[in-house]
Amino acid sequence: MASGKSAFRVTALCIGIAVMYLPILVLIGYSFNASPLASVWGGFSTVWYGELLRHRSLLDSALLSLEVAVTASTAAVVLGTLAAIALVRFARFPGRFLLTGMVTAPLVMPEVITGITQLLLFVSLLETFSWPHRGFITIVLAHVTFCIAYVTVTVRSRLQGADRSLEEAAMDLGAGPTRAFIEITLPLIAPAILASWLLSFTLSLDDLVISSFVAGPATNTLPMLIYSKVRLGISPVINALASIIIAIVGTCVIGAGWLMRRAEERRVLEMRAAERANAEPEPDAPERAPVAVRSPS
Amino acid sequence: MIRIPPFTDIFTRTADHHLHLTLSFASYRRLFNDDLFGLAYLFSLRLALCSTLICLVLGYPIAYAIARARRSTQNILLLIIILPFWTSFLLRVYALEAIIANGGLLNTVLLKLGVISHPLVIMYTDLAMYIGIVYSYLPFMVLPLFATLEKLDPALLEAAADLGSPPWRVFLDVTLPLSVPGIIAGSMLVFIPAVGEFVIPSLLGAPGNLMIGRVLWDEFFSNHDWPTASVVAIAFLVLLVGPIAIYQHMSGRQVEG
Repeated sequence: MASGKSAFRVTALCIGIAVMYLPILVLIGYSFNASPLASVWGGFSTVWYGELLRHRSLLDSALLSLEVAVTASTAAVVLGTLAAIALVRFARFPGRFLLTGMVTAPLVMPEVITGITQLLLFVSLLETFSWPHRGFITIVLAHVTFCIAYVTVTVRSRLQGADRSLEEAAMDLGAGPTRAFIEITLPLIAPAILASWLLSFTLSLDDLVISSFVAGPATNTLPMLIYSKVRLGISPVINALASIIIAIVGTCVIGAGWLMRRAEERRVLEMRAAERANAEPEPDAPERAPVAVRSPS
Repeated sequence: MIRIPPFTDIFTRTADHHLHLTLSFASYRRLFNDDLFGLAYLFSLRLALCSTLICLVLGYPIAYAIARARRSTQNILLLIIILPFWTSFLLRVYALEAIIANGGLLNTVLLKLGVISHPLVIMYTDLAMYIGIVYSYLPFMVLPLFATLEKLDPALLEAAADLGSPPWRVFLDVTLPLSVPGIIAGSMLVFIPAVGEFVIPSLLGAPGNLMIGRVLWDEFFSNHDWPTASVVAIAFLVLLVGPIAIYQHMSGRQVEG
């Protein structure tokens, strides 16, 4: 009976994973199809990858999307981390409820609505202040807005799990709040910051709907260009492009996952070593003494 | 000054430098007079709800299997589930097209095998939208379900079995009630984005389908009717996001209190 149950589980799992990966594998397969028709296998060929290089507009859009994604995710990580710190470390301040609501709103807001509202905001700003002109800057601003939500949620949960006493210990030993934050808190939440940067980066790189609303007529991000090509059916050049993107993203995610796991393991080992050292009588640390001694208030 | 059709200024300056406010509720009237929007809301809600249920039925066994797997396998399985989430959503929806299109893989294989004599028409139908949503949002259902099922104490299941419950009773009486938080979280994660989905209906659905996200997009980009699009968006917010925000606020209160 037990084996029957586990067989059911394994089958469910295999079918689920197969369903998730089949379309992607088929797409990669078709990218090597010499025939432009999906229904005909014209033999193995890399012609579409060569064709890709001749599409200047694709390369331009890809560069633009990368620029937008790097700028937006970096800005979102800074702002989102600050918001998370405010929400976790300060229990009560005016506007806390509003901040929580505003920061997490994009998570439940349908993309079309985020897009429309942002566009209307940018249009009225432009009429009032003659800024910002639709294009790179408006796309970045819109992406920052929705990425902040993901950063805040990720960093907040890590910060809630972080041991506050470490930071307090640093301050007791004479570190100022800034120094305690940079040397203790920041390394503790670094994995969450890295993860949320990667998440923001991919979300920004992938965004079609919000970009379409806020981009001006002359600006085309990569998803917008891909969308305009695939809405009319299957395009072999896009198959090749998609395969390249999937390969890059797959490598990066697996690599990042591996690095983070190693960092986590090392941290656990260090913690254990520290606990062992704590059990023994503590050796003096004379170099710590001269650090500005603060009188406890 | 950029003029975008058709909207009139809400504020205009009169000759004696007074601000003059002009409000029009014509677009709100249109929302109630035109069947299109009401139908679109209902259609989107139905499609999202059904897709969420399908995701739940498909995702539960997967989450359960991962939760019961060994630790080392668990991490790899989770990575496998999360990986597609990192690759482009647009490209995954497009990849689906290569399978379900009239000349796609599914029809080619079925025709070759002689199972069918005419290609199945899946592309550009409601069925294609269901497939698209379930396929794209399944990981969002699996992950929260896994999180609650993993915390489930196996001793409870053993106790129920020891007391004579057959496996299906154990599942119904113990596992299922204890995984309700995961079911709710997963359903929210699938349902909310599915209602307002644009990419899937526009790539896989019939050209004039009634998904609200697509209707809104058309109102904006094809009809250039910004006031009506804004009204539809506000109605959408009030009808969908409002209740969800209130629900989350209430459940957050419960946890804190």
